[in-house]
Amino acid sequence: MPELLLDPNDTSAKRTSGDNAHNEAVPEGGPLLEVRDLAVEFGTGRGALRAVDKVSFSVFPGETLAIVGESGSGKSVTALSLLQLVPSPPSRVKSGEILFDGRDLLKLSSKDMRAIRGNEIAMIFQEPMSSLNPSLTVGLQIAEPMELHHGLSWKKAIARAGELLKRVRIPDAEKRVTAYPHQFSGGMRQRAMIAMALACKPKLIVADEPTTALDVTVQAQILALLKDLTRETKAALVLITHDLGVVARYADRVCVMYAGRIVESGTAREIYETPRHPYTLGLMASIPRLDQDTQQRLVPIEGQPPDLSALPRGCAFQTRCRYVSDRCRQQAPELEHIEGQHFRACFADVKGGADAPEI
Amino acid sequence: MPPKSEASEPILKVSGLKVHFPQYKGVVVRKQVGSVRAVDGVSFEVGKGETLGLVGESGCGKSTTGLAVLRMTPITDGKVEFEGKDIANYSAGAMRAVRRRIQMVYQDPYGSLNPRMKVGDIIGEPLIVHGVDTERDVYRARIQELLRLVGLRPDMAERYPHEFSGGQRQRVSIARAVALNPALVICDEPVSALDVSIQAQVVNLFQELQERLGLSYLFIAHDLAVVRHVSHRIAVMYLGRIVEVAPRNELYKAPLHPYTQGLLAAVPIPNPSAEALRPQQVILGEPPSVMNPPSGCRFHPRCPMAMKVCAEVDPPLREMGDGRAAACHLHDPSVSGASRDTLRKMTPDGTGGAERDISAVA
Repeated sequence: MPELLLDPNDTSAKRTSGDNAHNEAVPEGGPLLEVRDLAVEFGTGRGALRAVDKVSFSVFPGETLAIVGESGSGKSVTALSLLQLVPSPPSRVKSGEILFDGRDLLKLSSKDMRAIRGNEIAMIFQEPMSSLNPSLTVGLQIAEPMELHHGLSWKKAIARAGELLKRVRIPDAEKRVTAYPHQFSGGMRQRAMIAMALACKPKLIVADEPTTALDVTVQAQILALLKDLTRETKAALVLITHDLGVVARYADRVCVMYAGRIVESGTAREIYETPRHPYTLGLMASIPRLDQDTQQRLVPIEGQPPDLSALPRGCAFQTRCRYVSDRCRQQAPELEHIEGQHFRACFADVKGGADAPEI
Repeated sequence: MPPKSEASEPILKVSGLKVHFPQYKGVVVRKQVGSVRAVDGVSFEVGKGETLGLVGESGCGKSTTGLAVLRMTPITDGKVEFEGKDIANYSAGAMRAVRRRIQMVYQDPYGSLNPRMKVGDIIGEPLIVHGVDTERDVYRARIQELLRLVGLRPDMAERYPHEFSGGQRQRVSIARAVALNPALVICDEPVSALDVSIQAQVVNLFQELQERLGLSYLFIAHDLAVVRHVSHRIAVMYLGRIVEVAPRNELYKAPLHPYTQGLLAAVPIPNPSAEALRPQQVILGEPPSVMNPPSGCRFHPRCPMAMKVCAEVDPPLREMGDGRAAACHLHDPSVSGASRDTLRKMTPDGTGGAERDISAVA
């Protein structure tokens, strides 16, 4: 009988869909998107709250960059800031540059920004029900950006919407163009969202927890589809998620966020095989895994995620860190290069993975 | 935790449980037009001190099963034997006594705690409702003991739920659930609303409490990795039915039912090198409506190995030895000949519909 091939050493495993081998090579040419030193604050009654701080990363054409973190880590605010979708006020970009194709998006007028949104950079949201308009047909919603950005006639745009629905593998796509969102299941709605995102052939797709609301079997379908389509269209994908499994399956490179900052970044292999930040190590140890024998106990990260309005001086992770030293309480570590594409922000010399000492 | 032996006496025995919700149409003349068969003939046992994991996708009936055990939803048919007595037809009064012994922990730690009550009162409410330890000093001491038991400080009794984080709130829910020393705790997605680093803390707490208090759990969740970690045995549900039951390691090493296989293959594992080598088999489609389930095996329209017989005959849950059971014609030797013919040929397309050899299974 067909076994589940969980054994990483078993190379006889045949892939049934396109392979998702991780793109380890350093991408050629310049980055498509470069975020430099981004800081976003929210005004609250008790003063400013810095949700994103000193965030820098780049995305190369055709690659999938995952931003992982827990709730409150700033991953969604980072994603939304790329398209300036965080309402302002209360939010405010305190510093930074978002260079997309050589232009700083933060300096663009709202009119110029509108020309980029949904056209060159598309967004896929978590909740497919609330992000589709319930009173408009699905076809119309997919056609709208093409009419708006590419000046297609409605007739042509609707016809293309049908093709796009077919491409995201919705059965009876031609007939579904006139359907309303409530007539779609959760998975189909998310497919329609993907069709909408692809409509104008964007260079970059930002997906904020695109499958969190879906069941695992549907999640696997949607993510495989997204990966296939981004490969076909050579669009880059920024995938925001909290699921370390999803990251391992689909991402080329990873940024790990904690309390508004990137604490570690690198290729997926670097992050998973030799994690170098205590928080990443802690995350890896705290998740139950299907590919390993069950341990007696999980090793949780003790304590609670920090309150962003009352961050301690120094490193935000200090209260939960087992490698904490006096220096961590004085000074926040900066993101530093270690090797390859691997960066981390920590003073302690920690290393996880197979050759690491037991912690 | 080692898998529980078969010998442990069941504390809960559910047989042939059905929960159907009738659907009506019409305003003046109401006519029943069918029913949502949320739970449709489910049987399982939970041993003393055992954790039975109940997994499945949304809409498979796992939560309804949990509610039915506590009689919080009307039972259409079937038996629910708790500590040897069938409670399926108990009166509301008789149920009250049973509810002392069966408690529940809910998914949403924000919605399941009354925001206007102090945490101490929330934990103490079951004691007052059931008239246990109500004497002032005993009551106070019990609440402090319960707070310590779940890893909170006794002085937190004076605080309100909004002052707590998600993980701490779930600890409060757990303290409330164990206040009356129940025998069985039904946990409905108790960690799925929590962040991963906090999830591990709560999972460990469940395990510690089981060891210290000898609790039995019916652990309902959709996260297969978490379920495997906490459960001794696991039951997989699909469209109101249990399709497979097995001790946890057996289930994960060699799943018998094609649905279980597909479900496990769909879970990404946090290891990029291993992921790159895994076959990306994806179950096609989405679960059909429980209003109108497919003929024969309910999984056959999505099953990569469906045979002719699967479209016609509903497979019963058959014992397979070693504490395993599966509801699948592939594992029924009496199904033979033409009925084993492949129902359809699946061609691998982009979504990964797998073409698999049926003969290799028999």
